[in-house]
Amino acid sequence: MSRTGYKKGLNRRTKTLFLTLFLSVLVLLVYASGILIPGEAAGTNIQYAGQPPSWAHPFGTDNLGRDLLMRTLKGLSVSVTVGITASCVSAVIAILTGIATAAGLRGVDGVIGWIIDLMMGIPHTVLILLISFSLGRGLKGLLVGIAATHWTSLARLIRGEVLQLRSAHYIAASRRLGKSGGWILTHHLLPHLAPQFIVGLILMFPHAILHEASISFLGYGLSPEQPAIGIILAESMRYLSSGMWWMAVFPGLLLVLFVLLLDRLGENLRAALDPYSTQE
Amino acid sequence: MMQLEARQLGFRYHKNMPWVFRDLEFRVEQGECVSLLAPSGFGKTTLALLLAGYLTPVEGEILLGGKPLPRRGVCPVQLICQHPERAVNPRWRLRRVLEECGPIKEDMLEALGIERAWLERFPGELSGGELQRFCVARALMSSADFLICDEISTMLDVITQAQIWNVVCSEAKRRNMGLVIITHNQHLAQRLCSRSCDWGGV
Repeated sequence: MSRTGYKKGLNRRTKTLFLTLFLSVLVLLVYASGILIPGEAAGTNIQYAGQPPSWAHPFGTDNLGRDLLMRTLKGLSVSVTVGITASCVSAVIAILTGIATAAGLRGVDGVIGWIIDLMMGIPHTVLILLISFSLGRGLKGLLVGIAATHWTSLARLIRGEVLQLRSAHYIAASRRLGKSGGWILTHHLLPHLAPQFIVGLILMFPHAILHEASISFLGYGLSPEQPAIGIILAESMRYLSSGMWWMAVFPGLLLVLFVLLLDRLGENLRAALDPYSTQE
Repeated sequence: MMQLEARQLGFRYHKNMPWVFRDLEFRVEQGECVSLLAPSGFGKTTLALLLAGYLTPVEGEILLGGKPLPRRGVCPVQLICQHPERAVNPRWRLRRVLEECGPIKEDMLEALGIERAWLERFPGELSGGELQRFCVARALMSSADFLICDEISTMLDVITQAQIWNVVCSEAKRRNMGLVIITHNQHLAQRLCSRSCDWGGV
């Protein structure tokens, strides 16, 4: 092996490890800040209304004098909660339906395939909007909406993987060596699907957060009292024309940064877990 | 004396596809070594997969001692295939691959020239020839009565070929196994087998 391969310093495995640690800490911090920051810190204080960023208020304050940094952190905390819950539920639905379609009867495959096609055919935002609206908005409607719409592509992926694995020679050989279907599922199939599942879950996470923010932005998600990123952004729209740019820029930037980091983590993890690219 | 036989065997991969073969008769006795010679595309590998129960016949049947192949438990007919890299789980260390068919027999590893260090490696870290030794070891360590060797030595160098065939044949003789050797190499077939089945002229 040539020495030039080492010139970049850290290899991808190490980088991914650091990124994972960093992100876990970040997610925990954001989540904790949502709980730890007292309500008053982001409370209204008319005498400080509409202040640009300063040392006292790094992100500035909004039209009601609420500190935007505190409010954004609280908003992200809500987003993380919604994101984690919804994508976990979605990923579990995906792995169950994925295995069921690949291993089950022909009819099951047909019906679930049809549902997946239907769900993929309708834009996610519209579907979440409808579900959230019909369940009376709020946290519950949003969670159910996101969880019910995000499993389709991962389910497809897992179905394909299982179909491919089922025809793999080593699975057939295992059966001929006297192993039962359950043993093959737990020893051959699931360990192979686990990385796909984890990567799919992590990549679903930023989607869920963005959808949460956009539905709240449109006013069909979380209630206006809740400090969600989408709500903050929706409010900021009214004041943009009066020059209060910080109300939109900082919360928006933080959301984008957070989502990009998560996406990056998922991609890195995928590359590190794939047995054909780990050696690169 | 048990025998493995194919009776009026017919197979096609799909309803709309042509028959690979029909009305095929084939028989191996226990303790016998039969070679199967045929040009490419004659369905040798398909027959191997059928005999070992990897595929189910469309017509006819495969009988082992007068009964169909058992569906559960260790199959008494084991197959060693042409592509060892497909026959092992790429996520498993090779020790685990071998242990899938029971405890590892040390003398078998030694006879096949498998080094101890290889057991702790992943399949991607070994060459085709090295992996094939593991597949042979796995098949021989099971309690099989019949062994189907589907071009198992095609990608190996001559010394390794000789080593592997020595082990397979002596083990087959010791345990009175039936061997089916599928190959393109006529000299190998003449050297190893008591009977030769040549489809080339058919």
